[in-house]
Amino acid sequence: MTTAHLAAGAMPRVGLFATCLVDLFRPSVGFASVKLLQQAGCEVHVPVAQTCCGQPAYNTGDRADTREIAEQVIEAFEGFDFVVAPSGSCASMLKKHYPGLFADDAAWEERAQRFSDKCHELISFLSDVMMVRDTGAALEATVTYHDSCSGLRELGVQQQPRKLLANVDGLAIKEMTDSDVCCGFGGTFCVKYSDISNAIVTKKVGNIDQSGADMLLAGDLGCLMNMAGKLKRQGSGVEARHVAEVLAGMTDQPPIAGSGK
Amino acid sequence: MELAAKHFKTNASKALVDQQLQKALGNVQKGFITKRRKSAEALPEFEALRDNARDIKNHTLAHLDLYLEEYETKVTEAGGHVHWAETAEDARRIVLDICKKADARTVTKGKSMITEEIALNDHLAANGIEPVETDLGEYIIQLRGEHPSHIIAPAVHLNKEQVEGDFRRVHTHLEDSRDLSEPVALLSEAREVLRERYFTADVGVTGANFLIAETGSSVIVTNEGNGDLTQTLGKVHVVVASIEKIVPTLEDTSQILRVLARSATGQDMSVYTTFSTGPKREEDPDGPDEYHVVLLDNGRSSMLGTEYQDMLRCIRCGACMNHCPVYHAVGGHAYGSVYPGPMGAVLTPSLNGIDETGQLPNASTFCGRCESVCPMRIPLPKMMRHWREREFERNLTPATARYGLKLWAFFAKRPKLYRLAVSFGMPLLSLFGGTSRRFKSLPLAGGWTRHRDLPAPEGRTFLQAWAQRDTLKQEATSHGSTP
Amino acid sequence: MSAREAVLAKVRNAAKGNASDDERQAAVTARLSDTPLGVIPARAKLPKNGQLELFCSMAEMFGATMTRVSDYKAVPAEVSEYLRARNLPAEVRMGADKRLKKADWAAEKNLEVRHGASAGADLTGVSHAMAGIAETGTLALLSGPDNPTTINFLPEHHIVVLKASEIKGDMESVWAKLRKSRGKGEMPRAVNLVTGPSRSGDIEQTIILGAHGPRALHIVIVE
Repeated sequence: MTTAHLAAGAMPRVGLFATCLVDLFRPSVGFASVKLLQQAGCEVHVPVAQTCCGQPAYNTGDRADTREIAEQVIEAFEGFDFVVAPSGSCASMLKKHYPGLFADDAAWEERAQRFSDKCHELISFLSDVMMVRDTGAALEATVTYHDSCSGLRELGVQQQPRKLLANVDGLAIKEMTDSDVCCGFGGTFCVKYSDISNAIVTKKVGNIDQSGADMLLAGDLGCLMNMAGKLKRQGSGVEARHVAEVLAGMTDQPPIAGSGK
Repeated sequence: MELAAKHFKTNASKALVDQQLQKALGNVQKGFITKRRKSAEALPEFEALRDNARDIKNHTLAHLDLYLEEYETKVTEAGGHVHWAETAEDARRIVLDICKKADARTVTKGKSMITEEIALNDHLAANGIEPVETDLGEYIIQLRGEHPSHIIAPAVHLNKEQVEGDFRRVHTHLEDSRDLSEPVALLSEAREVLRERYFTADVGVTGANFLIAETGSSVIVTNEGNGDLTQTLGKVHVVVASIEKIVPTLEDTSQILRVLARSATGQDMSVYTTFSTGPKREEDPDGPDEYHVVLLDNGRSSMLGTEYQDMLRCIRCGACMNHCPVYHAVGGHAYGSVYPGPMGAVLTPSLNGIDETGQLPNASTFCGRCESVCPMRIPLPKMMRHWREREFERNLTPATARYGLKLWAFFAKRPKLYRLAVSFGMPLLSLFGGTSRRFKSLPLAGGWTRHRDLPAPEGRTFLQAWAQRDTLKQEATSHGSTP
Repeated sequence: MSAREAVLAKVRNAAKGNASDDERQAAVTARLSDTPLGVIPARAKLPKNGQLELFCSMAEMFGATMTRVSDYKAVPAEVSEYLRARNLPAEVRMGADKRLKKADWAAEKNLEVRHGASAGADLTGVSHAMAGIAETGTLALLSGPDNPTTINFLPEHHIVVLKASEIKGDMESVWAKLRKSRGKGEMPRAVNLVTGPSRSGDIEQTIILGAHGPRALHIVIVE
C-alpha cells in the first residue's frame, strides 16, 4: 500500500502500535518511532486502547483469546490511514495473521483484511511507503544488524534498514555470519525450551562478537532483549539497540540491558 | 522405533551437552545450507518450479483416489502386484508374507523412511529373516542399533572415528592393521562388505520417491547406487510407499525432481534417478522376477481435507531440518520419532496422535526458515501452530503455561486494567533493576535468567510517558534526550 | 471391506471436496492424456549445438569424463585407450546393442568383450544411452538385452556411448521420445537417469566418489 490513496498534500494519519515490549521495557523506541514518522511527514497517534498483538495466545494455540485481542486492536486502529509497529513480528501478526483468525466470519474477515492492508513494520514503512532515504541521523559506531525472523521472512524487511543505516553519518556496518538465522527468542519458546534457546542464542552472540561491531541493531525488541541479555551474561562489550533509536538519532538512553557506563 | 517424543525436552538437554553429537551437527550447518542456496540461485526458474511443484501435488491430492486406481491398473498391466495396507501392521504382514513365499533368508534394503515408519526391520528379524541396510549411512546405524537422525543423512549425528570403531567391531574378518582413518577407506570397506550381500539376498526392499499414475512406475532417487543394486539383483523387488507419493505423469515427476535434489543436497540431479515398471520382461537378461508395491495409508487419508493436508505434499528432501535452528542444536534423535525436524513436528502428531507428541510442534521458535526453503511450500509453522491449537482445545497444554496465559490474556483483553497494572508494575521493576539496568535472576523469570540477563525496563511505560509528553518535553530541554 | 476399498473410500470422501465425480474424472483423464509440461528452464531450450556443449560441461561438472569421436568405428579404440590409461585389464562387458555391435571390436586384438548381464565380476562395462539430457548432463539408459541394467551399477568403470544427435535439452524430451517409440504410458522395466559417478556423503557430509555403483563414469559422444 502506498500513499497514493490519500488526498494530495494530506498528511497520512498513522496509528502507532507500540508493541507490549516497547511499551513496557523500552519506551525510547516508541519515541524514536514517533520522531521518525513525524519527520517523514506523518501525523502520529498513539491509541491508549492497546496492549499486545496477541502472539503469546496465538502461538500457544489459544485462538479464542487471540481473536478477542485482534478485534480490540482492529477497533482501536482501523480508523487510521496506516498502522505502524516498530517490530516485524508484531506487524506481521497484525498484517499476515489477523485475517486468518476470522475465517468463519465473513464480515470480520473482510474487516481484518482491510485492516491488514494498512499495517506495516516501521522501517519498511518509512522506506517503502514514505520513501525516506536518509533520516538525517549521525552516530560514530560500527554496527551489525540482526534480521529478525518474522520481519525478514513474512514481511521482506532486509535491505530497508541497511540502506537507511548506510546514510547515517559516521556509521559503518559490519555484517555478522548468519545474520538471517533465528536468535532463539521465539516468544514463549525461550522460557519453555530455555536450554535449546540458550544454545541458539549462544551461537548468535558468537557471530555478533566475531563481526567486530561494537553495536548490535535489530528491529524487534524481543530478539534484542534475548541477545542483549546473553551478551551481558557473557561479559561482551557489544551494546544492543533498536534500529529506530539509531535512525532517529536518539541514543542518549543507555543501551538495552546496559547501565550507560 | 518406540515413540519417545514426550521425552523431547530431556533428550534435547542431553543432546546439547553431547560433545560428539555437537561436533557432528556442525556438518549439517556447514554443508547443506550453502549447497542448497548455490544450486537454487543457479536456476532462475527455481521459484516458479516450487510453485508448480506445489500445484501438482495439490491437484494430485484433490484427485488422489482416481490417480491411485489408475496407478494400480498400470502396475498390474506391467505384471506387478499392488497390495493395499491400511496400517503399519498390515504393511509389515504383507512384506513378511512376500518374503516367506520367496523363502527369503536375507533381505537387502535401499534407504527408505517408510520402512522405518512401519518398523519393518524388527519385524523381519523377529521372523527369522535378516534385513541388510545397504545405504552407507543406514548400514552404519544398523551396525550401531540406532535409528536415522536425519531423513536423507541417517548417520549425520556421527563422526568418522565412531564409524571406524563400528567397522572394526563388526568386520572382524578383515586385517586389524588396516587404515580406516579417512572416510574414503570406510566407504570402500562398506562397498566391499555389502557387495556380496546383494547377491545372496532373496528380496530387495526399497521405498519410492514417486509413484507415477500414467505409467505405473516407482521412482527412487539416490546417489550411491545401492538402491538400484537392491532392486535389480534380488529375485523379488518390494516397493513400500505411502499413498501420497503418487504423481500423475512423467512430466509432473520431472518438475518435482528439479526441486528435490537441489533442496536436499544442492545437486542439480541426484546421481541415480530410476524409474521401475513391473518385473523383468521376457527378453530381459536382468531384473527381479517379481515386483510388488505395498501402498500404505497409515493415517494419510485422515489428513486429507484437514488443515494438515498440505503436509502430504512433502517429498522428504530434508531442507526443513537442514535449516532449522532447533534441529541444529539438538539433532534428530532428540525428537524421539521416526521423522525429526519441522516436517516431523507436523507429521508425527498426524501419524501418532498429539497426546504423546505435543512437545514436537511446541519446540519451534516459528522462525519460518523451514517454510522459506521448503520446495513444496508447505506452511510448516502454521501447521505446528494448528497442533498447538488442538492441544489447547483438549487441555493438553501444560497447566502452568495455560494459567499464566489465561492471566495474561485477562489483562490483555482489558486495556484499562492492563494500563493500571503496568503503570504501577513497570516503574517498580525498573527500580529493582538498579544501576546495572538488568537482572541476573528474578522470581518467575528463571527460564529466562538461567541463561541470560533480563534487561530492566526504563521506568514509565511508553503510553504513560506519551500521555505525559508535555512534561517530558520540558525535561527534554533540560536533559537533551527525549523529543 | 478389503483394505483397498477401505483406503480408497476414505481418500475419496476426503479428497472430493465440492467437485462432482464427473468433473474430477475429467480432470484426471485430461492430465494423463495431455501430460502438460510445466516450467522448463531456459537453459534446457538452447539450440541443438548449444545443447551438446551444455551437456558436456554439465556432465563434467558432475564428475563424468568425456571424449568425442567421429563415428562408431572409433569407439573400440577409445575404450581400449581408456582401459590402458588407467591400467585396467583389457576386458569389458556389454549388452546386445546393435549400434555398439556394429563397431569393429575385433580390431582391438587384446580387448576381450563379454556379452550379457553382469554378475559382478566385471571391472568395466560399456552401455549405449538412449539419450542425453543437456540441462543436467544426465544420461538416460533403458533396461533390456541391449543394455542390461546390471552393467550400469556393478562395474567399477562405466563407459557410456551416446549419439550427439540424441542429446536433448530436457528430461521431458526423453519422455516424448519414449512415448513415440513405445506408446503412451509404456515403459521399459527400468529407465536409469545417471548423472555422474556414484557417490556418498554419509560420513561427515564429505562427498566421496565410488559408493556402491561405478567409481568412474566415462562418456563417449559419437558425433
